[in-house]
Amino acid sequence: MAQGQGKSSGSGQTTADGGAKGGFPPFQKETFASQLVSFFIAFALLYFIVSKIALPRVGKLLGDRQGLIESDLAQAQKFKDESDAALAAYEKELADARARAQAIGAETREKLAAQSEGERKSLEDNLAAKLAEAEKTIAQTRQTAMGNVGAIASEAAAAIVQRLTGAQPDARAVENAVNASIKG
Amino acid sequence: MADPIHQFEIQKIFSLGHIGGQEIAFTNSSAYMFGAVALVSALMIGGTAGRHLIPTRIQSMAELSYEFVADTLRSSVGDEGMKFFPFVFSLFMFILTANLIGIVPYTFTVTSHLIVTLALALMVFLTVLLYGIYKNGFKFFKLFVPHGIPIYIMPLIMVIEVISFLSRPVSHSVRLFANMLAGHITLKVFAGFVTSLSALGALGIFGAVLPLLMTTALTGLELLVAFLQAYVFTILTCIYLNDALHPGH
Repeated sequence: MAQGQGKSSGSGQTTADGGAKGGFPPFQKETFASQLVSFFIAFALLYFIVSKIALPRVGKLLGDRQGLIESDLAQAQKFKDESDAALAAYEKELADARARAQAIGAETREKLAAQSEGERKSLEDNLAAKLAEAEKTIAQTRQTAMGNVGAIASEAAAAIVQRLTGAQPDARAVENAVNASIKG
Repeated sequence: MADPIHQFEIQKIFSLGHIGGQEIAFTNSSAYMFGAVALVSALMIGGTAGRHLIPTRIQSMAELSYEFVADTLRSSVGDEGMKFFPFVFSLFMFILTANLIGIVPYTFTVTSHLIVTLALALMVFLTVLLYGIYKNGFKFFKLFVPHGIPIYIMPLIMVIEVISFLSRPVSHSVRLFANMLAGHITLKVFAGFVTSLSALGALGIFGAVLPLLMTTALTGLELLVAFLQAYVFTILTCIYLNDALHPGH
């Protein structure tokens, strides 16, 4: 219904009035030119402002923020890598120190063992030498004692013979007989 | 009862001259157009004046609108569509601002006039047509020849495609215009019920509660429609621009 009114006013548009009166406003043709001119000027102005000032500006803001976030993240990552590397170095150092400590311990143990072994050996040698000497002394003493046994036996034999026979036996013969009996 | 059509009237503020016997006037519509431009500029430039690293509310609005339109354009056209970003952004912000201003009582809605929405739609149409031919040459007309169609129905499909292409500016403009017009008339009619009913006395005032609630609800709906129609206009623009850049699919 309103449309019909608009059309009727459109047909009688010779009245170059502002067009405020009569008909359905969106279909009043006499207002079209004014609106189009205003619209294109306004839109061109908006396009200019938006493309030359507003969008580059907001885009830069967003880009800067994005860049800042990324660089902060990169820095955080760098710090993390650094601390990881420090931790790894510390652990390696610790492992090295432990290995070194073990090596030193083993070495010391070996040295001490070798030293005590040496001492034991020299002590043993010493003892063996002393033992050998003692054995020699014993053998010597026994030899001497054995020699003395022969003389005593000869004397005893001579005395026995004298007592039995009443005559002094030949010392040499007694000695030979005693020796023979000892050896026999 | 208040005339629901009155709000759409164009009132001359001062005359700018004549072109071919037609008077060019600075009207209330012109004032609201420039008002919308000023508001958008204030939001986008004034709002970002602080250049805060952590945005303030206004700056956040400016950044959100930037990213919203950029994402819409990028998702439907791709990165090469970003050369149309200022154009699409201007369209979206102009329509959205004009629609939102129109919801304020006693204001004028620029987008409730077919000539304005038609100018917007034709601008998009001509951009698509001219850029499509400039960019793709003759291949642009592959737009009317869809893939995988049997040859014997191709002529019919081509006719349909051409008609649908040519009717784009009509549907594009009428959709926005009709939505804004119908919404504002409905709003005004229900608001008119409130005043005329409450003039009838105590019972009338009681009865006016219902249309008042309706008006309140409709205002909320109109806020949604104001945004939605701006978005629909923008996304259709993006889809049409996609045709200009990639015809043939």
